[in-house]
Amino acid sequence: MHMPLEDNLGLNLLAANQHQAAHNREHFDAWQLLCINVMSSPGAGKTSLLERSLPLLATDFAMAVLEGDMTTQLDAERLEAVGVPVVPITTGRSCHLDAAMVAGGLRLLRQRLDPASLDLLWVENVGNLVCPAEFEVGEHRKVALLSVTEGDDKPLKYPVMFREADCVLITKTDLLPYLPVQVERIEDHIKQVNPHCAVLRVSASSGAGIEAWHLWLHQQVAAQRSALLAMPAPQPSSAAAPLSLAR
Amino acid sequence: MHEVDMTRALVLSMQSWREGHRPQQPKVSRVNLQVGAFTCVEPEQLLFTWKVAIANSWLEGAQLAIEPVPLLGRCLACASTYTPAAEQGYRSPCCSHPMEEIVCGRELRIRSVDYELVEANPPPNPQPLNPVFCP
Ligand SMILES: Nc1nc2c(ncn2[C@@H]2O[C@H](COP(=O)(O)OP(=O)(O)O)[C@@H](O)[C@H]2O)c(=O)[nH]1
Ligand SMILES: [Mg+2]
Ligand SMILES: [Zn+2]
Ligand SMILES: [Zn+2]
Ligand SMILES: [Zn+2]
Repeated sequence: MHMPLEDNLGLNLLAANQHQAAHNREHFDAWQLLCINVMSSPGAGKTSLLERSLPLLATDFAMAVLEGDMTTQLDAERLEAVGVPVVPITTGRSCHLDAAMVAGGLRLLRQRLDPASLDLLWVENVGNLVCPAEFEVGEHRKVALLSVTEGDDKPLKYPVMFREADCVLITKTDLLPYLPVQVERIEDHIKQVNPHCAVLRVSASSGAGIEAWHLWLHQQVAAQRSALLAMPAPQPSSAAAPLSLAR
Repeated sequence: MHEVDMTRALVLSMQSWREGHRPQQPKVSRVNLQVGAFTCVEPEQLLFTWKVAIANSWLEGAQLAIEPVPLLGRCLACASTYTPAAEQGYRSPCCSHPMEEIVCGRELRIRSVDYELVEANPPPNPQPLNPVFCP
């Protein structure tokens, strides 16, 4: 029998990825850590920012980095020296990380430490302003970087990334004196598509703005801790049931 | 071209949907999508990559129908809706308010699937296709 049927799904095209991302987040919550997904176009300064920030933050937080940026020059030794393990994620030449890749990276990390000991888990995404905005990995916060050398029209050209971000860092501000760009215009363009995100100016080279950025992070960790207290004790669900979507 | 990744993600979601019909097999004739203007997806590109992705798969022959959804913002200063001029800016033309509320345009939605159920022959692999990994 062949019956013509129609299932009304009304579900996201990325449902399978979202399902894995939600499961990642269940584990993150059970481990009581805050996961931050760091995104930008290639070369906007993600790695440099982590190198500047993590040694300073290491006095307050236990952290680890999942590194998905293949071209990265992250100085893993220097970070390991301050107690921050760095685990590379295999992306298979994909232009973004997805939730399954991040789950794979975490499995590697778990061979080295108990994630429950962590306060902050960093994910450096693949350099790309397009699809990382749509592919959740289970993060609690999205941070987008935009360097002043990229011009002020990027937030209008790639609005989805800036709309989704909880915090936008305008990076490389030490270069502003040498550029025709007006940082106020960059900020205005970000605010047009996302009036509620935090917008901070930073320079990984000079350290300008880094304190405000770290203050924002402390606030997010504190907010996540109170959110977890308000929730029933998180239990990663039923041995990870595969997504099943009929009707 | 990230539509390749989007198509892969769509096929994964379709596989999860197929799992729900075990032990029968759905033979899909059409997948009806809604794609908003305020997403990273170009409908034209998606149609192209879909054809490539489903060749020689269980979805072979399935048509992809894309309903484009325009971006509509609501101005929170005066409650009227507007379509932003995209790269010219996202403020409301009425009050120059930033784009706070998005009424529609973020859709990346599988609205429905047209199919018939056939007895699986051979029966589908008992292993679920999309296992969830514990991180
Ligand atoms: N002048 C200046 N250059 C920077 C800054 N941050 C990063 N860079 C440079 O920008 C380039 C790309 O930085 P990187 O951190 O690798 O970017 P990623 O691809 O986003 O990880 C490198 O040559 C860095 O030295 C900054 O704050 N000021
Ligand atoms: Mg990098
Ligand atoms: Zn991609
Ligand atoms: Zn108005
Ligand atoms: Zn699990």
